[in-house]
Amino acid sequence: MEIIVEGIRQAFYLLFTLDPEVLGITLLSLEVSGTATLISLLIGISVGTAVALTRFPGRQLVVSMINTGMGLPPVVVGLFVTIFLWRNGPLGDLEILYTPTAIVIAQAIIATPIVTGITLAAMQHLPKNLRLQILALGATRLQMIWILVKEAKLPLLAAVMAGFGSVISEVGASIMVGGNIKGYTRVLTTATVMETGKGNFDIAIALGVILFILCFMINAVLTQIQQKERPR
Amino acid sequence: MTGEMSILEVRNLYVERGGVAVLDIPGLTVCEGQVLTLIGPNGAGKSTLLLILSRLVKSVQGELIFRGRKVDSNDAAQDYRRKIAMVFQEPLLFDATVFDNVASGLRIRGVNRGEIKQVVGEYLERFGISHLDRRSARKLSGGEAQRTSLARAFAIRPEIIFLDEPFSSLDPPTRESLMGDLERNLRETQTTAVMATHDQFEALRLSDLIAVMNKGKIIQIGSPGEVMNHPVDEFAASFVGMETIITGEVTKTDGGTFIVSVSDQDVEVTGEMHVGEKLTCFVRPENVTLSLEPPGGKTSARNVFPGIVLKIIPMGFFNRVCIDCGFYLVAYVTNQSLEDLSLSVGKSVTASFKATAIHVIRKQK
Repeated sequence: MEIIVEGIRQAFYLLFTLDPEVLGITLLSLEVSGTATLISLLIGISVGTAVALTRFPGRQLVVSMINTGMGLPPVVVGLFVTIFLWRNGPLGDLEILYTPTAIVIAQAIIATPIVTGITLAAMQHLPKNLRLQILALGATRLQMIWILVKEAKLPLLAAVMAGFGSVISEVGASIMVGGNIKGYTRVLTTATVMETGKGNFDIAIALGVILFILCFMINAVLTQIQQKERPR
Repeated sequence: MTGEMSILEVRNLYVERGGVAVLDIPGLTVCEGQVLTLIGPNGAGKSTLLLILSRLVKSVQGELIFRGRKVDSNDAAQDYRRKIAMVFQEPLLFDATVFDNVASGLRIRGVNRGEIKQVVGEYLERFGISHLDRRSARKLSGGEAQRTSLARAFAIRPEIIFLDEPFSSLDPPTRESLMGDLERNLRETQTTAVMATHDQFEALRLSDLIAVMNKGKIIQIGSPGEVMNHPVDEFAASFVGMETIITGEVTKTDGGTFIVSVSDQDVEVTGEMHVGEKLTCFVRPENVTLSLEPPGGKTSARNVFPGIVLKIIPMGFFNRVCIDCGFYLVAYVTNQSLEDLSLSVGKSVTASFKATAIHVIRKQK
């Protein structure tokens, strides 16, 4: 019990003294996961919308694949990204294994199916005749898609939260492709794993608390927006 | 109000789904300024026809011609859709304010702010929703939402407006007031309109032309008077409210009138027919008068039949009274008359209707 109390005390000490190392780790976590989420939103919203609005042979299979992808195990993603970026792997020439960029790639791969799946569901939930109504108002195809995305903005906020939540708390892929290099690729989750392994429970708890507070604050802001706009 | 110029035409339209014809229309023309109503039961093809006429759905077979030009390519369709508007049964509003909803069609067209403000203001006013302009569309009642949807469609100032059962999900008082506003706006803006409905009163009130549809075909098209009073077959008759449908044979002709024998009773009808012809006769329920005693010489009604009340169905301001007088006859009776006659099931009454109130068609083989 004493360990936990001490850990939490340590966490707030590190937070309030703005410990440079902890601050660096936190900012890197935000930057990497933020970028990965942004990339996944760009790809996921486009693909999800496209699949929702079109009919093509094999569509059912694509939808099943997206849904399966929503539960992609991070370690498997980490493994394949590592293989691709390995020195003599297909993309080895890029020399980006064990860099923050590698983590961004791995996390974007994890978050994209989640964002795609939620976008697809949100788009299919809009009234069937809404597309026809928008076309009847004179919209071009692009205008129609833009209006539909705006109409689905509340469920799409859920996609942002789910995507970001999945990558900020992910550890397997980050440690495999990033390597947990101090001051370079060390993020909150990988640091927590390492400190726990070394028996430094107080610092591990401190990092865990920071991660938790971070997740909570970001989701609180998004939830605030979502609930304010909620239909009554 | 009916213009002579054709604005929209379909030719050789044929749509099938799963091997079954859902639309089969050799030709249909809508004239400038005209209000055409498609009337028919669910599944008659009204909505599908509207989607094709508005080119929201492309038909594989058949052509659509707008102001003399074929709407065939995707570009032509996009162009055409900028000149029309559509109102569905559901309001399908955007998650925005009433003002933004009404402005949406204009914004899509890139109209400048100043003009949008002025036009939207005008159409909010026209549909009586100026006070709701800042209200979120999510917080509107059904009637307010449909007003917003209508204002949004009219604000585009379309050359043709399509309406798919726009009042079907509204309660009667709301429907009544909204129909009045639609009627007034159609007249004031001189907009051509094609509306689908399954309500004959809606059709009667708003249309210049009524097309009766059944199983994908237009079985009759004509002015409200023609369609209501001279239905072409039993289906059209039952659909426009001719509730008494009786069959019989011509037994006698007499210069301008003839006698049809119906269940051993003689019904006198104005018109020319040959003896021996088998006919179906229709009588509109509002043309049947009920009394307790035979009216004697006081009435011009040639057909007077004693009968027994079978059923009384209240319909709001009036009642449907079903009578057995050798054949089945339906009469509309106001609440006041029902009380004056103290009608009840099983009571003997006399039903009468004029020889001119009967519409006959030769029996279908």
